[in-house]
Amino acid sequence: MSHDSHAHSAPHEKHSIRGYMIIYFALLVGTVFTVWASFIDLGHHWNIVLALVIACVKAFLVIGYFMHLISEKKLIYTVLSFTAFFFTGLMFLTIFSMHHFPLNTVTH
Amino acid sequence: MEIPFTSQPRQDTGLYNAKLGIWLFLASEVMLFGALFSSYILLRVGAPAGTWPHGWLDVRLGTVNTLVLITSSITTVLAWVSLKDRNFGKFKLFHAITLICALMFVGIKSFEYRDKFLHYEVKLKDGRIADGHMMENNAKEDFIVIHGRYVQAHMELMKHAHADELKEEKILRENIVSMQNYGPWHNTYTAIYFTLTGLHALHVIGGALVIGYLWLLGGKMWKSDPERFTNRIEVSGLFWHFVDLVWIFLFPVLYLL
Repeated sequence: MSHDSHAHSAPHEKHSIRGYMIIYFALLVGTVFTVWASFIDLGHHWNIVLALVIACVKAFLVIGYFMHLISEKKLIYTVLSFTAFFFTGLMFLTIFSMHHFPLNTVTH
Repeated sequence: MEIPFTSQPRQDTGLYNAKLGIWLFLASEVMLFGALFSSYILLRVGAPAGTWPHGWLDVRLGTVNTLVLITSSITTVLAWVSLKDRNFGKFKLFHAITLICALMFVGIKSFEYRDKFLHYEVKLKDGRIADGHMMENNAKEDFIVIHGRYVQAHMELMKHAHADELKEEKILRENIVSMQNYGPWHNTYTAIYFTLTGLHALHVIGGALVIGYLWLLGGKMWKSDPERFTNRIEVSGLFWHFVDLVWIFLFPVLYLL
């Protein structure tokens, strides 16, 4: 790349760095919030829901902005749509089978 | 013969080879960790009431490791941005920080593992259980010393002990029925904990080796083919972000819930 293109790209990169730093601080705040929320008794299920919601938001920030998935090419979306389908299927199978254990193996 | 699309993207897909390759690899990684998370859920839900431990891991260390990994993620991005900006010096600086963060993460994780391997549950002939960190265990002596507490039932160990409950206890070997440390073999929780975090740690080490290689020996390619080198940094960065991503879920699931 020439020095000209460097000069053209500089303002864009500066803007990007600011955006990345905002995401970084959001991730730090999200981590502190996760820890803080875990010490508040919301009822066991709601504590789990809140922790996973925060984790999902943080994951979206990492995937979307650090991994640039929000501006990725169509082929990547196609590949990941298969992953999302099978991953979601796996999690639904897990949830569906969660309380189905053979008799006399679990004493809830 | 020169391999096409190593630097410039294909016109039809808009992607260079390595980028498509790493996303295909990450797609398979999602399913690998997904299967293990699924196992974790089933093991936890299937555990008899009161037998799933709480507070066995140090939240402070887990939090620090999370912050370290997030910091390594931003420095990875900034290293790539530096190359886009044609600033190799800054790239070296940011990726050096990434490597330091990776070493810190593995160091803290090793400390946590060591803590578990030194922690023993000792069953005594009188029915009680002594639980704590092994201080002395010399085969030539007829006693061991642990820093911990006595409990009457195994279930009492599922709750984390307060520091003021712990003290040094000398136990004669003739009074011991069995003893076992908190390694992966200890119970279902430690098994899934070591499996999940161990596999993740292997990813951290693998990623650090690649980043270290590019940091140390990358200068040569930077001079000959800067576009291709920048792509390599992007690809290694995508893997590193995935490692961060997995930890974002591991931390609350294992340490907090």
